[in-house]
Amino acid sequence: MPASRRILVPLVAATALALGLAPPAFAGKTLDAVKARGEVICGVNTSGPGFSSTDSKGRWQGLDVDMCRAVAAAALGSGEKVKFVPLNSQQRFAALQSGEIDILSRNTTWTLTRDASLGIVFAGINYYDGQGFMVPKKLNIDSAKKLDGATVCVQAGTTSEKNVADYFLANNMKYKSVVFDTAEAIQSAFFAGRCQVYTTDMSDLAGARTQTSKPDDYTILPDIISKEPLGPAVRRGDDDWFEITRWTLNAMLEAEEAGLTQANVDKMKAESKDPAIQRLLGVSEDTGKLLGLDKEWAYRIVKQVGTYGESFERNMGPKSALGLPRGVNKLWNHGGLMYSPPVR
Amino acid sequence: MDPHAHVEPLPARTPPRSATGMSSWVRANFFGGPGNTVATILFGGLLAWALPPAFNWLAGNAVWHADYAACRALDHAGACWGFVTEKWRLILFGRYPYAEQWRPLAATAIVIAALVVTAIPAFWRRWLGWLWGAALAAFFVLMSGGVIGLTRVDTGLWGGLPLTVLLTLVGMGASIPIGILLALARRSELPLLRSMATLYIELVRGVPLITVLFTASFVFPLLLPQGMRLDVLTRVALGIVLFQAAYMAEVVRGGLQALPKGQYEAAGALGLSWWRTQQKVILPQALTLVIPSFVNSLLSTFMDTSLVTVVSMYDLTGALRLALGDPQWRNFFFEGYVFVALIYFTCCFAMSRYSHWLDHRLGRWTRH
Amino acid sequence: MPDPALAPHFLRTRRGRALIYQALALCALVAAGWFLWHNTAENLAARQIRSGFGFMRQPAGFDIGETLFAYSSRDTYLRAFAIGVANTLRVALLGIVLATVLGTLVGIGRLSRNLLARGLCTAYVEVMRNIPLIIQLFAWYLVITELLPAATEPLRIGPYVFLSKSGLQFPFPDLSGGWTLAVPEVGVFGITGGAAATPEFLSLLIGLTTFTAAYIAEIVRSGVLAVPRGQTEAAGALGLSRVLTLRLVLLPQALRIIVPPLTSQYLNLTKNSSLAVAIGYPDVVSIANTTINQNGQALECVLMIMTVYLAINLVTALAMGWYNRRVALVER
Repeated sequence: MPASRRILVPLVAATALALGLAPPAFAGKTLDAVKARGEVICGVNTSGPGFSSTDSKGRWQGLDVDMCRAVAAAALGSGEKVKFVPLNSQQRFAALQSGEIDILSRNTTWTLTRDASLGIVFAGINYYDGQGFMVPKKLNIDSAKKLDGATVCVQAGTTSEKNVADYFLANNMKYKSVVFDTAEAIQSAFFAGRCQVYTTDMSDLAGARTQTSKPDDYTILPDIISKEPLGPAVRRGDDDWFEITRWTLNAMLEAEEAGLTQANVDKMKAESKDPAIQRLLGVSEDTGKLLGLDKEWAYRIVKQVGTYGESFERNMGPKSALGLPRGVNKLWNHGGLMYSPPVR
Repeated sequence: MDPHAHVEPLPARTPPRSATGMSSWVRANFFGGPGNTVATILFGGLLAWALPPAFNWLAGNAVWHADYAACRALDHAGACWGFVTEKWRLILFGRYPYAEQWRPLAATAIVIAALVVTAIPAFWRRWLGWLWGAALAAFFVLMSGGVIGLTRVDTGLWGGLPLTVLLTLVGMGASIPIGILLALARRSELPLLRSMATLYIELVRGVPLITVLFTASFVFPLLLPQGMRLDVLTRVALGIVLFQAAYMAEVVRGGLQALPKGQYEAAGALGLSWWRTQQKVILPQALTLVIPSFVNSLLSTFMDTSLVTVVSMYDLTGALRLALGDPQWRNFFFEGYVFVALIYFTCCFAMSRYSHWLDHRLGRWTRH
Repeated sequence: MPDPALAPHFLRTRRGRALIYQALALCALVAAGWFLWHNTAENLAARQIRSGFGFMRQPAGFDIGETLFAYSSRDTYLRAFAIGVANTLRVALLGIVLATVLGTLVGIGRLSRNLLARGLCTAYVEVMRNIPLIIQLFAWYLVITELLPAATEPLRIGPYVFLSKSGLQFPFPDLSGGWTLAVPEVGVFGITGGAAATPEFLSLLIGLTTFTAAYIAEIVRSGVLAVPRGQTEAAGALGLSRVLTLRLVLLPQALRIIVPPLTSQYLNLTKNSSLAVAIGYPDVVSIANTTINQNGQALECVLMIMTVYLAINLVTALAMGWYNRRVALVER
């Protein structure tokens, strides 16, 4: 037997064996798959300060990360039973469509095209944002209308790419676009000076500015040129999982509205006489049963992850590195847009 | 003529220029003619202008410790190798959990040892196959864990040099049998097989590897039955295998074409069936003929795996870009690229030198 | 005459077996094809992704940084793809020309008698061939964007040529109206007017050229070395200098040997230009990538890219085949 055949046969056999050890496939509903697997697979951003990023020890944190942990706490009992899969803007929808991830919680804008034609459906809005521009301070620009002729860095395949084209067309301005597929590549090009303008969601701009060694050299223009409602998305056709995701977000909002916090939820569960709180925390009624969960689903969310307000403050509030004001993301009864249907 | 007349010998002419020795070597290589001299002055001047500052930057003024302040103080007057000292584990092993990085190190070392053993023709015996089986099994066990007390590490976290090595070996290993089948089909007398094989080979050789990677990334999930899913690593490995198989088929076909018809005729005279002929007579000779080309294919597969960074897999190149994402160290990208380029260069240069040596060595046996 | 009663059954003859094998192969192929088709249709329906090429008539909605002809975000996807193809051809053709020139020079340099020239050219070839192209592209791109001056304070080469982070900008005839020369001038955001070779284009071109030139150098060198020694000796006997020998005797004969591998290097360069997606140059692969991301129709876009590359390959192979026949040995 020649040498090459002697190598070939065991090599091929070993390769086939290894490839055959790919993780088992699941036909059926997402909730069953998640329960059988024992963890929720969450698609997040490769680096989105405030939304999903890793700290120096490799632990994920952010608003979107908290969303996934909340779903895991509700469905599986613990917010730690999550596997995070970082995705760039090219892969995110394909990963969700193909079943590689269960939830896409990756500061993704909810648009008609995405809702209707990609086989996914948005479960809610966890951050109301808008698109803006960032320019170097030394160019002395104070308004987006003065950007005629600029070179603009934008990420491929995002709503930002389309919005900036529309904006410049509508205002009869010309620009040159420089397009990359990862946020890191764009930020690298912008901070190196390849382009003079960086455009993406305002929250992303704030996060990007924390990633440079000289944040004060850059200014974010006040103009907001589009609506960017960011929220988690799940696969179309799986209503149970959709409901769980939607009501997890709503529970976090309801909890904040009811005045609960991570610190006081145990006390409130034991002592509160407010019927709304009793219902939410599973003391008087079992709302979880209707979702396919147990009755303490909302209690676990608040206990392990916190309310929406706590999550916001922790990850992007005025005391965090991003320092964003709550703005339109306040609750409806404090002048913002966050309104949850009642959990009953 | 007076036999005793005194005959003056002609004066001796100057001896011709010596063609041996150091001075003539210098003359021939540097000052042979006017063009030669001009070239020496030009290139010599270029080297004298470029080399000392380059050496200074690379080694003289360089900072070797992971000292960010010192690097910034340098301000590009010297190389900041501190970036490499700080981030070499991220570059070499990707996002593999920090505490378990001895495992990819061991796995890569085992596989490289197996490669070195395979490279020595004295070891081309039957047990080489078993060695490879054991080496690959050890590789997968060490990398993914889950058995014998090792914690399980998901394939999504594999990266860096082990991922490059894995994709190269799987790409080569699985594409060789498929390539052999395709080559045999292409040379077959059955028109259907011949045309199908030719179509596949020409189609795949005509498109860039990036399109195949995009197909693996975006289209393969659509081709699988509902509910079945393959992880990204498997899909990309499959794409590389299908791509390399076409090139492998051409390599094997070259070997098959070099065999004289007499071999086929003699096998027929012995009464061997078609499959037996291939197994016992044709393929052993053909494959031995193209072993140097196999090594070249291995080399090109190794270089091609760097493309998987486009589909966001963190092989050696991708892990470098990950390391450069750190805003502190981002300015020292050049040192990072030099480090990774050095790794690739060492491996590829060694492989190409080996391929030459092997060609020379095998040529003595197979050339008529 | 062989006894017909003793003839084997048809299915046991060579022709019969050939028929069986081909029938089996056909069945297997059809079954596999049906299986894949069925899965794809099911998956597309489940994910509610449209299929068909109708999307090509929709407005693209995104802008492209470098266009050879006019394009705006309101134009169709088809026009966007055409721009992509034009960009690919632009970098491929320029790359082929420059790489051939550089490669021939380096190849001849490797044959030089001067040790410095020989050593430098060998070092160039070895280094360029053993480092993956994508790393070279990233390195060139970073060097160009980090080390060149900002667009607002460009390096001036002559009165009208500027070199900056926005690339190389130079005057170019303005073909839209009249025959005026569009001259670049420095404005608030950098340089407007004239034609530009962006850093993406420059780094892709330089990377592809230097990489492919190393392979072409090897081909040229082995081609020249393959010409029989007698030719060189005869030229020397005639008193031809080395340069004249190379030009009049060796290179023309070496062309025959060089052209087929040169063709495959040209095809490789064209295929390697698809790496543009990694550094942001809007070639056809990059635009298809954006399209897939916008509307999810991966199958159609991937098919289109493959068709484009196969067409380019076919044209190049045909052109080089014609040239090959021209330089082939005319046998008696």
